[in-house]
Amino acid sequence: MKSVNVKNLTITLGEGSKAVTILPNVSFSVEPGECFGLVGESGSGKSTILRCMSLLFKQWEGEIRLGNQSVRDMPLIERCRTLQMVFQDPYGSLHPRQSVRTVLSEPLRIHKLDRQKERMERAITEVGLPVEFLDRYPHQLSGGQRQRVAIARALILEPSILLLDEPTSALDVSVQAEILNLLADLRARKGFTYLMVSHDLAVVDYMCDRFAVMQAGDIVEILSRDMLEGNKATHPYARQLIDASLEYDSAI
Amino acid sequence: MTGEHILDVRKLSVGYRSDGGYIDAVRNVSFKLGREKLGIVGESGSGKSTIGRALLRLLPTARITAESIRFEELDLLNISEREMLKVRGRRMSMILQDPKFSLNPIRRVGDQISEAYLTHFKCAKADARAKTIDMLQAVQIRDPERVYDLYPHEVSGGMGQRIMIAMMLLTDPDVVIADEPTSALDVTVRLQVLNILDRLVSERGIGLIMISHDLNLVRNFCDRVLIMYAGQVVESLKAPELSNAQHPYTQGLLAAQPRIGGGRTPLKVLDRRPEWKEPLEVQA
Ligand SMILES: Nc1ncnc2c1ncn2[C@@H]1O[C@H](COP(=O)(O)OP(=O)(O)O)[C@@H](O)[C@H]1O
Ligand SMILES: Nc1ncnc2c1ncn2[C@@H]1O[C@H](COP(=O)(O)OP(=O)(O)O)[C@@H](O)[C@H]1O
Ligand SMILES: [Mg+2]
Ligand SMILES: [Mg+2]
Repeated sequence: MKSVNVKNLTITLGEGSKAVTILPNVSFSVEPGECFGLVGESGSGKSTILRCMSLLFKQWEGEIRLGNQSVRDMPLIERCRTLQMVFQDPYGSLHPRQSVRTVLSEPLRIHKLDRQKERMERAITEVGLPVEFLDRYPHQLSGGQRQRVAIARALILEPSILLLDEPTSALDVSVQAEILNLLADLRARKGFTYLMVSHDLAVVDYMCDRFAVMQAGDIVEILSRDMLEGNKATHPYARQLIDASLEYDSAI
Repeated sequence: MTGEHILDVRKLSVGYRSDGGYIDAVRNVSFKLGREKLGIVGESGSGKSTIGRALLRLLPTARITAESIRFEELDLLNISEREMLKVRGRRMSMILQDPKFSLNPIRRVGDQISEAYLTHFKCAKADARAKTIDMLQAVQIRDPERVYDLYPHEVSGGMGQRIMIAMMLLTDPDVVIADEPTSALDVTVRLQVLNILDRLVSERGIGLIMISHDLNLVRNFCDRVLIMYAGQVVESLKAPELSNAQHPYTQGLLAAQPRIGGGRTPLKVLDRRPEWKEPLEVQA
């Protein structure tokens, strides 16, 4: 199990007069094995944090440590075997002409790992799909099955930290339930550390131990899950967000 | 709600053309709409949007059959396209999920609203403009004169959706079909937009069909709810009675939904039964 420490993370995107500081100065830490949520309005910088962590964005300043190592100092293979990302859109994130087998074997090939067949079968089984699905193509899969494949791809290198960017936002609630159960079960069995972006506080309550509320690139408050009920937040925006979500959720 | 029905749909079926013939996306759907808010909820692909598009006759190549579709004095199944032009956007209008697709990106939003009005009403441009500005005020846009002159890319998602509501309500329609109108909005903005829509629809006595995949939304917002599965209405309920749903699909949807304070036992997963697709007839 690995911890995550983000300290004074700053990033500016765009050039010259169009340059915008997306994250002025973000700090937070996640315990080993914890599920930590990032919530807040769209455009507040949640995905940007995950992209900085996985070095999809490289031009940031500050420090990101995974366990006791700076992410910048980790060799590629080690970084990929520590941290993996799952995206929102299961339709966009799989190449339409690649079979599941190709999707899963690519990381193994790049990192020259042995026992490829065994690893692929383990990953696909782990996400609750039959081994025969290795021969399917994305158009032969439902939305939920695609997201399972995307999770299998993240698992195949046996990372200890998963970055989940709205992993169920594009799915129907019944399918969301399957994927959330899967993610909760994987964490319980494998001790993953999760960083999960969501706009749905009910999902955050179900999955996370603590969560950060973001507004315009800043973390305005970090709350534990049990502060949702009865809205124990103190920052005005965090209070507003939780109130709206409670009102929305309230029926029954 | 009231005895007077604006819309009466009987046994509507809609088939999309495919290689071999037609595939039914909507089967035998019947419902009546008064001056109320009727929700249509169900998973993606269940046929919700198809119902909305069929009512407005926006599906020229699809096969639409029904016993009857009565809208006020009109028989929507049989009137000519010319007559339909006087209905669409005037007496029955539609609000879609993303205003970016409904608005022309290179024209000022105010002009687009005025023009939509002028399509159906003869009046001076200045009067249309004045009406538009009043309507922008009615959807709680603070500085309507300024917003009138903005281009679509210059407005936020929430404001864009309020602009769409203004545009669709300005012609004083009797029925509004809102297809996932707030699905792209943040939860705080979503509530504002819903409250505005709610107030206008009630004040003006409009019959609203609210299409959504979101059970919480229809439950909070609507008076009645139709639940769709595989093209059929499987159940019809008053919104406050949703938790007493009888159909296992509706029950499954409710149980699959995580809730704040709802605990951490595994979420219920739908066990889809083949018999849910068998023909049935729900009167609503
Ligand atoms: N590649 C990019 N170049 C410039 N600006 C970007 C880029 N990616 C995202 N942004 C901007 O950064 C801000 C934060 O975006 P993002 O992290 O995606 O927000 P969130 O995930 O919270 O919705 C937004 O204003 C967005 O427009
Ligand atoms: N233009 C079209 N041509 C063919 N099939 C379509 C078309 N539009 C929708 N469908 C199919 O009809 C079914 C119902 O779709 P839709 O009404 O959009 O569902 P919903 O709005 O509930 O998600 C789906 O199986 C969909 O794939
Ligand atoms: Mg994002
Ligand atoms: Mg739809």
